[in-house]
Amino acid sequence: MSVHPIIAALRKHKAGTILIAAQIALTLAIVCNAVFIIGQRIERVHRPTGIEENDLFLIQQQWVGAPSGDDPAGAEKLDAKLREDLAALAALPDVAAVTPINSLPLLNSSWNGAVALKPGHGDFDGKARTTYYFADERLMATLGLKLVAGRAFDAGDVQHRAFRDQSVAPVAMLTKALADKLFPDGQAVGKVVYFDGGSTPSTIVGVVERLQVPGTGSWTNSFTWYSSIQPVRLNANFSRYAVRAKPGRLAAAMRAAVPALYKVDPMRVIDDKDGVRSFAEIRQSAYRADVGMAALMGAICLVLIAVTAAGIVGLTSFWVGQRRKQIGVRRALGARKVDILRYFQAENLLIAGAGTVLGIALAIGLNLLLMKYFEMEHLPVPYVLAGVAVVLALGQAAVYGPARRASNVPPVEATRSV
Amino acid sequence: MLAYYLRLGLRSLRRNPVLTALMVMAIGFGVGASMTTYSVFRAVSGDPIPWKSSKLFVPQIDVWGPKSRRGGDSRNEPTDAMDYADAVALMRAHRATRQSALYQVSPSVVPAQAGQHPINVGGHAVFGEFFPMVDAPFRYGSGWSAEDDERRAQVVVISGKLNEKVFGGANSVGRTLDVEGRPYRVVGVLEPWNPQPRFYDVVNSGGFSTGTDDVFLPFNTAIDAGMPNDGNTNCSETPKESGFVGLQHSSCVWLAFMAELDDAAQVAAYRRFLDGYAREQQQAGRFAWPPNNRLRSVPEFLDFEQVVPSDTKISLLVALGLLVVCLVNTAGLLLAKFLRRAPEIGVRRALGASRREIYTQFLSEASMVGLAGGLLGLLLTGAGVAGVGWVLPEDIAALARLDVPLLLLTLLLAVVAAVLAGLYPTFRAARVQPAWQLKSN
Repeated sequence: MSVHPIIAALRKHKAGTILIAAQIALTLAIVCNAVFIIGQRIERVHRPTGIEENDLFLIQQQWVGAPSGDDPAGAEKLDAKLREDLAALAALPDVAAVTPINSLPLLNSSWNGAVALKPGHGDFDGKARTTYYFADERLMATLGLKLVAGRAFDAGDVQHRAFRDQSVAPVAMLTKALADKLFPDGQAVGKVVYFDGGSTPSTIVGVVERLQVPGTGSWTNSFTWYSSIQPVRLNANFSRYAVRAKPGRLAAAMRAAVPALYKVDPMRVIDDKDGVRSFAEIRQSAYRADVGMAALMGAICLVLIAVTAAGIVGLTSFWVGQRRKQIGVRRALGARKVDILRYFQAENLLIAGAGTVLGIALAIGLNLLLMKYFEMEHLPVPYVLAGVAVVLALGQAAVYGPARRASNVPPVEATRSV
Repeated sequence: MLAYYLRLGLRSLRRNPVLTALMVMAIGFGVGASMTTYSVFRAVSGDPIPWKSSKLFVPQIDVWGPKSRRGGDSRNEPTDAMDYADAVALMRAHRATRQSALYQVSPSVVPAQAGQHPINVGGHAVFGEFFPMVDAPFRYGSGWSAEDDERRAQVVVISGKLNEKVFGGANSVGRTLDVEGRPYRVVGVLEPWNPQPRFYDVVNSGGFSTGTDDVFLPFNTAIDAGMPNDGNTNCSETPKESGFVGLQHSSCVWLAFMAELDDAAQVAAYRRFLDGYAREQQQAGRFAWPPNNRLRSVPEFLDFEQVVPSDTKISLLVALGLLVVCLVNTAGLLLAKFLRRAPEIGVRRALGASRREIYTQFLSEASMVGLAGGLLGLLLTGAGVAGVGWVLPEDIAALARLDVPLLLLTLLLAVVAAVLAGLYPTFRAARVQPAWQLKSN
């Protein structure tokens, strides 16, 4: 089939042709970028934190009238309270393990610093940024971390100190990502690091496979997997406990935890909403904006595709109605039904093809715009190719109905009127 | 005549119900998506204190110096929060009409009734000038005086919500509230007041916050009581001493500061004062770099801190893109529809209708599509605004709401969009040659 008559016919419908092509181009540009955003968000939400998330929950509470912990006697008193709480929680029938901890992945409450290979002079100039976790020897069991080198903390490693005390523990564990960054030869265990430009060395005793930092904002992108862990119980007038329930007993353990703590000491605040949260809730609230953005982009894509398809159906139907007589003449001159069908399909392919060429340019332009003003990455080529395929298929699907109707125009139409 | 055209338009739209429905839905969805995302954008980019924001300023002092920005930050911006020494020095100098250093606290409050568990409340430690400076609305009582600040009075201003919880909503001025185990005398109870973005402490709220501030305590009193800061602390070096007192002696930044400056002369004078202060610090050896201060008004500071989430802007952009596609779509369908009626136009033109009449006729038809699309758009916007809580973080979703201006804007946008889409098709329709049409039939 020659393309020439199609182009000749389209020149009579310049405006309509341009409008459809423009619509396809804009649809392609927006859908490519929107689907790319969806893809990025899905990837973000599905990255594993490195901890065993089922049956895990977090308690945060604050003691009322407790000492500040800024003096040694106050810190001792707070530590005694902390240990009482831990004992009470560990004694619950549905609890498998519990550890005091300053934060959890995705909690968006973090203590960040720098880690260096040489002692510093007090400034934060390090080899890598890192987030600090402070927990006791039951950390591995409670969070379900995987040890890949060295050993985990034992009870003898664990110290306690005031929350605002600046001292550093003599031993530490790192994530594999951080260990590899600091020691590219892969031999981190036994080596020494310095935190926050301090002059106190910390010996690495073990390496865990993976542990995400608590922050989820884009400012943490450069150190998402660079966590370091110190065997320290932090003493402040508030505390957090990560608790692992026995398999399948999460709800029961969560219900039992608050009364158990109030029984130890009623003079404390445990917020009704945020006091006890399962890790699933923490995850949900951390990624709520991402899931929402993906859903919104998905909805807009669907509307966009529906509107464009409807537009193609509408305009092609109109053209078919306008050209009934010409179709009749072609049929009378010997064109088969399938020839008429092919004609309209080829016409659509031509318009959509032109639209996609323009659309690819627009998609890249929109991506560059988003990259300039927002934190967006380069639109990968597969997304554009998939978008082109979808838009071309959409055009063909939309044109099929009107084209079928056109092919059913009887040859006798040629003789009607005039 | 217009009424006649409207009747004609209605009749024509009824003749092709499917095509009409397509156009109405395209406009409706385009407008609905745009207005829903716009309602969110409007909520987060709004000025929280429009009548006064141009007079409220956030000073920034370069306490860390160029060394802290070695990591490729070329803007050479000082820290957005303040360290204790500078905040106290600016308070002591007292060069603005009103000013307050402030920091976020999270003390526990013990209700007077027996058997109730203590509760944790959010709040700020501020100076007495804070309340008139930010126009905080009082239901009972008022803020405290400079004298109270000076003599570290144990006074407190509480939110209406906390007043409800602890005092049953009665006028509690003069009564005592147990904060962190110490008795504070209530001097004021606020009306519901939750400005968003939280302009007086952007650094700690990130702009938006679901919780209201339930207590405001005198700054000096809170410092003396050792009530630690609950917000962000950023350090460029490890504090030399430990504890909250160590933090106050360090160069770590954790305080917000706001100053009210009434006119340009005062702003210029305050800038000079800040530079003079930084130069003094340089001479004293505390800063090893020349003055590098900023004095941004509240709108400028909100912009600098980028409080409008980029997702909100991207959503609005994409939704506007959808609206453009819907417009192009409607234009194509209207073109097809109008040109199909070329014979009718030919007859009208031959019978004496001017081009202007044709314009009026077809643009009124387009506006009817727009109006119908607008009504659908209103429904969708309503559903969208009600549903944003499902897709957005709570603190932001709670801000999006429907109001009369938004509804009017929705209708207006729909009609304008439809008329825009109808312009070219109408232009084509008006150019129909009557003679040619009459001949061919």
